[in-house]
Amino acid sequence: MRPVYALSGGVSKFAKARPDKTFQAIVKEAYDYAIADIGIDFPTFTRAVDGSVASYFSDHFSRQLMAGIMAQDYLGLVPKPSHRVEGGGATGGLCFQEAWKSIASGHMDVCAAYGFETMSHVETWKGNEFIALASDVSWDYPVGGFYSGYYAMMVTRHMKEYGTTVEQMAAVSVKNHLNAYHNPYAQKRNRYTIDDVRNSPMVAWPLTRLDICVMSDGAAAVIFASEEGVERLEAAGAEIPRPLVQVTGIGRGTDAMRMSDRPHVDYETFMQDYATDQERATEETRDHYRALWERGTRYPGVHSFRAGRTAGNMAYKHAGITDPLAELDFVELHDAYTSSELQTYEDLGLCRYGEGGAFAASGKAFMPGIDYGLDLTSDPVCPVNPSGGLIACGHPVGATGLMQGVFAIWQLQNTIGKHFGDETLQVADARRGAIHSHAGTGTYVTVSILEREGNR
Amino acid sequence: MSDARREETLGGFVVHGVPFPVETDPDALAFLKRMTPIQIEQQYSITYLHSYGQDSPWFAGASNKKLLASREPDSGYTYATPRGHDMYTGRETEWIDVTDRKATVHAFTVCYFGSEEFLPDTPFVLALIEYEGVNTLFLTRLIGLDHTQASLEWIGREVQPRFLRNSKLKPTDVYFVPA
Repeated sequence: MRPVYALSGGVSKFAKARPDKTFQAIVKEAYDYAIADIGIDFPTFTRAVDGSVASYFSDHFSRQLMAGIMAQDYLGLVPKPSHRVEGGGATGGLCFQEAWKSIASGHMDVCAAYGFETMSHVETWKGNEFIALASDVSWDYPVGGFYSGYYAMMVTRHMKEYGTTVEQMAAVSVKNHLNAYHNPYAQKRNRYTIDDVRNSPMVAWPLTRLDICVMSDGAAAVIFASEEGVERLEAAGAEIPRPLVQVTGIGRGTDAMRMSDRPHVDYETFMQDYATDQERATEETRDHYRALWERGTRYPGVHSFRAGRTAGNMAYKHAGITDPLAELDFVELHDAYTSSELQTYEDLGLCRYGEGGAFAASGKAFMPGIDYGLDLTSDPVCPVNPSGGLIACGHPVGATGLMQGVFAIWQLQNTIGKHFGDETLQVADARRGAIHSHAGTGTYVTVSILEREGNR
Repeated sequence: MSDARREETLGGFVVHGVPFPVETDPDALAFLKRMTPIQIEQQYSITYLHSYGQDSPWFAGASNKKLLASREPDSGYTYATPRGHDMYTGRETEWIDVTDRKATVHAFTVCYFGSEEFLPDTPFVLALIEYEGVNTLFLTRLIGLDHTQASLEWIGREVQPRFLRNSKLKPTDVYFVPA
C-alpha cells in the first residue's frame, strides 16, 4: 500500500432541516469548500480528480434510490468512476476508508469522498422508524424498534456490571455541547449542566434527550491523493499546505446484527482475541480483568462493542500505536449517545473495560482552556470530540464519518481557527488523531488514524 | 424565555396557484434566487410479503404457547433468538423447547418515545432475557412492572413467558412477566 494523504475537506452547515436546497446542492457546498481550500477552481479540480466514493445511509429518507449518482452528476463528476457505500451509522467512516483504498491500491491518484443525509423529509418519529428498520425486521424491529431503546439496554448492563452512573454519562453531554459552542458548523451550541441533562425529557431510561444526538440535514466531503496526486494538483495550481496530513492506519470490525446474539466469552478468550497489547502487558491490568470476570463479566455481551475493539486494534497496529491515550492527540468518535461515547473509550483502549464511566467524568477527554462548570479531577490528556461530536454537531448519517475526517484534517493542519473563526477548539500541536464511525449497536465500526507527515 | 411550542404536523389545505412574478423581466428572474423553497407532501406506503423462512417454526411454536430455541447438535451452543445455522461451526441447528427454562432479565429499558409505529405503546419496557443453559439472549417486552420505578435491581430478576391468546405471528406473541 502506498501513502495516502487527506488534503482538505468541507462540511455544510448541519441543521434540523435544509429545505433551501436539494441534497445534491448541499453536497456541493461541502465539496466546493474542500476544493477552494486547496486554492483551485472547480473546472481544474474536475479535470484532476480520478473519481469518487459516495455515501448515504437510507434511501427512505429522500424516497430516492440511486441518490449517489445524482450527487455525482450534480458535482460534474460523470463519467468518472464512483460507487456508493452504506453501512448504517458507519456509512461515512466506510466511505472515508473506501476512498483511502482507492488511493492506496493505486487505482486512483486523486479521489473525492462525499456523503450526505437529508433526514428532515419525514417527521422525527417516522425517522426513528426508518432508522429502526436497520434492526432485524423479523426479530428486533417488531418488538419495539427504537435505537435509543437498544442503546439504553446496553448501558443498563454497563451500569450494572461496572457501576457506571448517569452523571458520568451526562458529563459527556456537557463536554460535547460546550465544545460545539465554539464550532459554527454544529447544530446545537449550548451550555448545559449535569442537572440540565438529567432533567431533560426521558427518552429511554436512563437516556434523556440531551444524552442523544439529533437528526440532521447535512453533507461533508474529503479530498484524498497519492504523492503523484499531490504533484498533479500542484501542477494544476493547487496550494496544498505542508506538512501533509497522512492517513496512516485504518481498521474495521463487525458484530452480530442482533445484539442478543453477541457472545459472552471467558477471560482467556478475551485476553487472547480482544485485549490490546497494552492490556496484555501488565499484571495489574490482567488482575483487573480477572476480577471483572470473577464478578460475572463476559465479553462483549451487550455492554461492549467488540467491533469497535477490533477496528481500533487493527488501526493501531497499522499505524504503529501501542498506547493510544498517550499517542493520540485527539479522537473524534461516534457519540450517538453519551453512553456509547463512554463505552467507546473502553473499546479504543483509552481506558480499560469497566472504567469508561470514571474516565468520562475525570476530565481526561475534555479540552483544555474551557470552563465546563464541572469538578474535574484530571487535566485533559486526549480531547475526545473537540468538535462537539454527533451529540452537538448533529448526525446526518452518510456525512457524519466524513465530517469527523474534515475536523481531524483541520486539527492536524492547525487550521481550526481559520475554518471555525475561533481558535478555542484547536488542539495544541496536534500531530496524530483518530476518527471512529459506528453503525447501530456496534454492527460495523471503522477507525482511521490521521497524522501530520513526518510525525514519527 | 419559554421554549414551549406546539407540535409540528403535516397536512393542511391544498393550495391552487403559487405566487410568481407576472412578468419574467430580468429583475423578476433575479428575484427568483431569493424565493423560499416549495415543499410538497409525498405519500408512500407498501405492503410487503415477508417470509420468516427457516425461522418459521419459532412463530408456529409461539402461536401454540411453546418457546423454541435453536441448538448446534454437537457443541450444544444454543440460541435464544433462533438461527438456522451455527455461527461457529456453520452447521444447521436443531430446534429445542425452552418454554419451561428459568429466565431472568439481562438488561432492560423503559421507552418513553419510540418509532412512529410504537408511539401508541409508550411507555413500554424492552428487555433482553437470559434462559438458563442458553448461550444468547432474547429481546422482548416486559409487562407487569411499574415503569416509574425502573431500577438496576430489575436486572437478574426472574421472569416467565406469557403468550398472546390470539397470535399475531410476531415475536411479540410471547412477552415476559415477573415470575
